[in-house]
Amino acid sequence: MDQTTTLNKKYISTLSDKDDIGNLLIRSRKLKDRLFKIAAMFFSFITIAMVFLIIGSLLAKGLKQINWAFFTQVAPDTFSAMMAKSSGQVIPGGIVNGILGSIYLVALASAMAVPFGILIGVYIYENSKKRYAAIIRDIADILQGVPSIVIGIIAYIWIVVPLTKGYSVFAGSVALAIMMLPLIVRSTEESLKMVPETLKEAAIALGTPYYKVILRVLIPSSFSGLMGGILLAISRVLGETAPLMLTTLGNPQVNWHIEKPVSAVPLLIWQFYNDPNMVDLIWSSAVFLMGFVLILNLASRWICAKKKI
Amino acid sequence: MTEMNDKKDDSILSIEHLSIRYSDDKLAVKDVSAKVKKKTITAIMGPSGCGKTTLLRAINRMHELYPDIHTEGKIMLGDENIYDMSTINLRRRIGMVFQRPNPFPTMSIYDNVIAGYKLNGIHLKRSERDEIVERSLKNVALWDEVKDSLHSRGNFLSGGQQQRLCVARTLAFKPKIILLDEPTSALDPISTAKIEDLLVELKQEYTIILVTHNMSQAARISDNAMFMYLGELVEYDSTKDMFTNPRDPRTEAYLTGKFG
Ligand SMILES: Nc1ncnc2c1ncn2[C@@H]1O[C@H](COP(=O)(O)OP(=O)(O)O)[C@@H](O)[C@H]1O
Ligand SMILES: [Mg+2]
Repeated sequence: MDQTTTLNKKYISTLSDKDDIGNLLIRSRKLKDRLFKIAAMFFSFITIAMVFLIIGSLLAKGLKQINWAFFTQVAPDTFSAMMAKSSGQVIPGGIVNGILGSIYLVALASAMAVPFGILIGVYIYENSKKRYAAIIRDIADILQGVPSIVIGIIAYIWIVVPLTKGYSVFAGSVALAIMMLPLIVRSTEESLKMVPETLKEAAIALGTPYYKVILRVLIPSSFSGLMGGILLAISRVLGETAPLMLTTLGNPQVNWHIEKPVSAVPLLIWQFYNDPNMVDLIWSSAVFLMGFVLILNLASRWICAKKKI
Repeated sequence: MTEMNDKKDDSILSIEHLSIRYSDDKLAVKDVSAKVKKKTITAIMGPSGCGKTTLLRAINRMHELYPDIHTEGKIMLGDENIYDMSTINLRRRIGMVFQRPNPFPTMSIYDNVIAGYKLNGIHLKRSERDEIVERSLKNVALWDEVKDSLHSRGNFLSGGQQQRLCVARTLAFKPKIILLDEPTSALDPISTAKIEDLLVELKQEYTIILVTHNMSQAARISDNAMFMYLGELVEYDSTKDMFTNPRDPRTEAYLTGKFG
């Protein structure tokens, strides 16, 4: 503030002898421009610094735990962790039950949410002027705003209690699918809207039946948008903890039975947090989760770049 | 206006009392009757908003994409009413080229040419496909320019080349009639001249109906011309007669640049 006024005075004093108001205005505008630029740079620097700080501290604390066992062995029990800790060694074991569990949950959730989401998105896009479509769109928006713990409760009541009679992969993936669905619906609609109408007409003018216009022209033309939406939805639910606590609980072993509980990386982080002997594993698990999301993002970019649409 | 219609001869398409409205109040096409002669270029002219596009799209029923549209009258292709045909059959026989070039960006040049077959699930042998692609691209004088990059996407093609690719895509079906809606309005003069030459060339095998609001284009390449005004077909005559001796004062006003 002080600096601004002195700077202004300086400009005014150098300009006043020229007696050129227009020039003065331009100067002050240029000054504001510069101040704005500096402010913008400053805040973006803070943001970037924060990101690097997070990554840096995670790596600093977590890197020593990342080894072969980390990706191949299940989480240790608290006793062996304590033993390792007290003798100053790296905690044995890894998070493979969480990694495979997360992949299992997300894959199953995607298998449910992606086809449904795309179909609903296509429907809304095709009938955008109808009331029914508008209602569905609103419901999707509301669903997107529902707290994930609430969705966990719903899945608990609908699946865990009556269907699988206990915590299960299925219940967890249904909860995640419900969270992914609105994201995929909206991203499908938005990316279909980006396809020029003329392309659709070109296909129709060739006598193409309508479902093929959608499958062979609209969806391929908006492929990168659809892919982006799906990967975004996946990375959103990958870190979810609350709904999984109510639906899959966790599992010290690797599990492939759909009606049995399973672990997940964020669930393990929560467990490590609650066990003073295993705190060191939090950091490495967090590094892994972040790396996984990062790889998904890079993959989606790579796919889009390859498709060049 | 009925001058052309009186000459009972080799017409391929007969529009009979066609009226079209988008919504309840206003007719976009008013009781149009016209016979289109085989293997000619027929131009549809008129100021913008007079119904040219609506009339053209009615000929292969593309206008039905607008949900509330209402159509009366009929269009006979040979002795079949097109409104009784399946749109798939109809659109194979009456192809369409649009104002802006619209090749499929996700398909290679090769696949764009045979897109009609692919999208309709019509299976072709490799040799048949190759033959159709080569013939169609040669027809539009694009073969030499793209024969080495058939299997790459056409994004590097110029606007004029893309438009010729779209004509090739239409020709691949060997249609009887090709409809074109201001196909050169987005192109530069050199590409425009190439498309015009192409249309004159294609006339030997195909019937061409061309919407244009460029009078000199109609004069240069069309054999017959329709003049539409406010949804009405005001005058339909041989291009030469219309340009030298318009019968209706509204046609004359248009041709002398009084409106448009
Ligand atoms: N999709 C549409 N919905 C409602 N009215 C339309 C639509 N398209 C065209 N019209 C109206 O129909 C009339 C004819 O339009 P059009 O056939 O596009 O004319 P032209 O191609 O000669 O410019 C115009 O009055 C226009 O406003
Ligand atoms: Mg038009």
